[in-house]
Amino acid sequence: MTDSAKVLELLGKMKAAIDENAQFLTDLDAAIGDNDHGINMARGFKKVEEDLPGLSGKDVGAILKKVGMDLVSTVGGSSGPLYGTAFMKAGAKAAGKNEIGMDDFIAMMEEAIGGVQMRGKAVKGEKTMLDSMIPALDAMKEAAGAGKAAGDVLKAGVAAAEDGVEYTKGIIATKGRASYLGERSIGHQDPGATSFLVLLKAIAEEY
Amino acid sequence: MVGFVLVSHSRTLAEGAKELGLMMAPEVPVEAAGGLPDGGMGTDYQRIAEAIDKVAEVSDGILVIMDMGSSCMTTEMVLEDRGDALPKAVMVDCPFVEGTVAAMVSAAMGDSLETVKKAAEDAAGEKKF
Ligand SMILES: Nc1ncnc2c1ncn2[C@@H]1O[C@H](COP(=O)(O)OP(=O)(O)OP(=O)(O)O)[C@@H](O)[C@H]1O
Ligand SMILES: [Mg+2]
Repeated sequence: MTDSAKVLELLGKMKAAIDENAQFLTDLDAAIGDNDHGINMARGFKKVEEDLPGLSGKDVGAILKKVGMDLVSTVGGSSGPLYGTAFMKAGAKAAGKNEIGMDDFIAMMEEAIGGVQMRGKAVKGEKTMLDSMIPALDAMKEAAGAGKAAGDVLKAGVAAAEDGVEYTKGIIATKGRASYLGERSIGHQDPGATSFLVLLKAIAEEY
Repeated sequence: MVGFVLVSHSRTLAEGAKELGLMMAPEVPVEAAGGLPDGGMGTDYQRIAEAIDKVAEVSDGILVIMDMGSSCMTTEMVLEDRGDALPKAVMVDCPFVEGTVAAMVSAAMGDSLETVKKAAEDAAGEKKF
């Protein structure tokens, strides 16, 4: 079980992981986008971190809703409304809960991914964050269904997200800025798929 | 009269499109919502929301014109959060500059929000030469 205090701690770890990878994410975006993904994500998580102290004692749903609002209002690029919607949807699923288990987490991820799809109108295979999110969710569902422990479920998610990031190298972008490059986007991994991997890894390392 | 909010990643592009529109339709309410608060490139939820509120005070319908990507997604979120407050605000998919000019001219003539929106959309099919 993961309680609200642990969720706040995980958000701090996610912020640190984004900072650590900010330059890398921005460099990925320089190749097929507008050179700002790491900067955008770091700006968003900086605001999230500033707000963490004020969230202590709140339930998981309220915490994640605030995180989503912070990202929407500070990121400044597509990843803002996309991750923002994801966190808000996950928060809505966890409304009122002070503790969540792996089944809750999987249900929240499912809602979050649905939110990303609703907001960005993309499907799997368009070279976006969904290409690491969806395989990660599928792998986590499978691992949880097989009765694996939380740490192993998250590990399975991370491994699938890694494969998903790898897969984005071979496909053409048809959504987001990279779509302007058409076939020339092949050979490059998607920045958003990579930032999702970074975030999931930061969570998995704690279990 | 229908009013406008122009949402761009670039402050200068939003301001420039506003300027072009006002050349032909000086009396039309229009707010430019471009760039990030720090002057950088990007779209700012707060800035878009404030621009819509401002235009709402002096118009009977708002057409929001966006450049691309997060401009559209962020505007969509602002409008969702606004609910069905009046005057009505709608997004239109059109060429940023040409759509703005065509729609502002339509608004200046007193056209309805629906007609103004159509003028913006029709700008996509206009040949320049
Ligand atoms: N429609 C979409 N659906 C899902 N993911 C998307 C979509 N558009 C972009 N993305 C993701 O967002 C990432 C880029 O995020 P970033 O923060 O760089 O925003 P951006 O593309 O610069 O935003 P903007 O739209 O303002 O130009 C991409 O790598 C991709 O994973
Ligand atoms: Mg970018």
